Amino acid sequence: MQREVTFAGICGFIATIILAFLILIGSRNLAHFDAALVAYTASILFATFGLTYRYTMWLQRPPTALYWKRGWQVFLNRKYLRKNTINWFRHVTEDMALNRFIFERSRMRGITHFLIMWGCIIAISITFPLVFGWLHFESVPGEIDTYKAYVFGFPTFTFPSGSIFGFLIFHGLVWSALVTLSGVMLAMRRRMREEGAAALQLFVEDFLPLILLFAVCITGLMLTASYTWLKGYAYDFIAILHAIMVIITFLWLPFGKFFHIFQRPAQIGVRFYKYVGEREEPAVCRRCNTPFTSLMHVQDLIITEKQLGYNYEIPGTSVEHYQWICPRCRRAMLALAQGQLWQKQLGGESSVSISYTPSTPSYVNPGMGEGPLGHEDAKNFHP
Amino acid sequence: MPKPEKYEFFIDISRCIGCQACVQACSECDTHKGVSMIQLDYVDRSVSTQTVPVVCMHCDSPTCAEVCPADAIKRTGDGVVQTARKPRCIACNNCVLACPFGVPKMHNEMNLMMKCDMCYDRTSVGLKPMCASVCPSQALFYGTREEIERLRPSSHPINSFQFGQQMITTKVNMMVPNEPHVRLIDIAMSMDQSPAPQLMSYDPLLANLYEE
Repeated sequence: MQREVTFAGICGFIATIILAFLILIGSRNLAHFDAALVAYTASILFATFGLTYRYTMWLQRPPTALYWKRGWQVFLNRKYLRKNTINWFRHVTEDMALNRFIFERSRMRGITHFLIMWGCIIAISITFPLVFGWLHFESVPGEIDTYKAYVFGFPTFTFPSGSIFGFLIFHGLVWSALVTLSGVMLAMRRRMREEGAAALQLFVEDFLPLILLFAVCITGLMLTASYTWLKGYAYDFIAILHAIMVIITFLWLPFGKFFHIFQRPAQIGVRFYKYVGEREEPAVCRRCNTPFTSLMHVQDLIITEKQLGYNYEIPGTSVEHYQWICPRCRRAMLALAQGQLWQKQLGGESSVSISYTPSTPSYVNPGMGEGPLGHEDAKNFHP
Repeated sequence: MPKPEKYEFFIDISRCIGCQACVQACSECDTHKGVSMIQLDYVDRSVSTQTVPVVCMHCDSPTCAEVCPADAIKRTGDGVVQTARKPRCIACNNCVLACPFGVPKMHNEMNLMMKCDMCYDRTSVGLKPMCASVCPSQALFYGTREEIERLRPSSHPINSFQFGQQMITTKVNMMVPNEPHVRLIDIAMSMDQSPAPQLMSYDPLLANLYEE
């Protein structure tokens, strides 16, 4: 354990140093660094350490470590590299950008997550470069109404500050706050009204992140309201309040639900693993002789289970390891094993020894995840 | 609300008549609307109508949770292994393939594994799980130890299972006959077994069903 902790600590430290170095370079030795934002920078640096530490610890767990390694191996496999690269773009678009799998869970959940996610992405892509001094605006000499945007200290495009484009850009955080807030409200509504959610949710896991996002958005919007309509009323106080909310959110990043942002992209690796697995040799159930997954997956699980201290070996048999039996046969064997015990007590015959290959057990219900009524269940679910 | 500790889940596969009431009741649950978590299979439909209902056995050391690369499966303080956390599950299928009882179900379109959590919304407040409350033959039974001892005098509950060299103990109990007395069920012993054809004159599983 000690070694893993030290390694994760070193990784966290290196990541933090790299970010600090990039801030120095990007802001041209802090020339464009806004001193008022130093507390933000400090909290982001802390979050970077925390996130890298947790991520590294996570990657060192046996199942994660093996998936991580295999994920890269199957991606870089010469035979599939071209197709994998094409699929990478597809998965990033469908899974990450469009959240298609969440829309599959329910449309409302999909919309909710989509709004929160994009609101946060827009906000972060505006604020982080500003805070680090990577992005700043200067008025063009001689043209007081024209602004020029500098990225990493390099001049880029210019625009009239009073134009619609200027208005949209300078209020970018307002738009992102409104998008995030809509999502947060939808999520809150679900958590307060739905009995299924009520049964499982925890305050720290499920409500706190929403409350934090809400607080950040509302205090941010209050700043705009203060200087636009209230002649800067209570601006300093609101600014500090907003800073506190944002800093708490950053400090919370490595610990709570927000960590899924960093963990989640692993599902793309899983997709490659499955894609290649389907095209390579399958694992055949050693009871019913039917393919049930990829050979690679069974072999990897045997390694993982051994590392975790499990001992599913069945020595002296042709099966060798319980992992070589398909899940359906495992369920059937449970029934047969219990039936055999009854047979010993009550006599008669509940099961017989066979020398041929038994057929694969079949689902009684019509399909995976469906009740006897089929799809009607999901569609006609009573409120 | 405090969880009533005295209630336990008892499963007697041999009493299952394959009516699918549990499958339907399970899909009524609020936490997984319209989707059933029960695994109900014909053991071998070509020779027998024997069915096997499998709910999550809630292992003391859950293999599914330990092989999960995303830390998505958690066990509550009272020993219930919960379904995958939605933000975390990456649909890798490790749990589906590793569970020795074959419990988890993968929903690829949702990128989400879902499994029985013993109706945590109900059992955590003292209600029976959906499946046990509708099972007509009480193959799935939820109640106290005294009740099960009174109702099933010729069997007793055990919670140890042997898979090859690995012993797994569970929160859910399996009913086994009193004679011969066993402390665990060795699952591998049924490797080369098949249900007896239905033409047999005396089926002990049916005899067991009529016990009162």
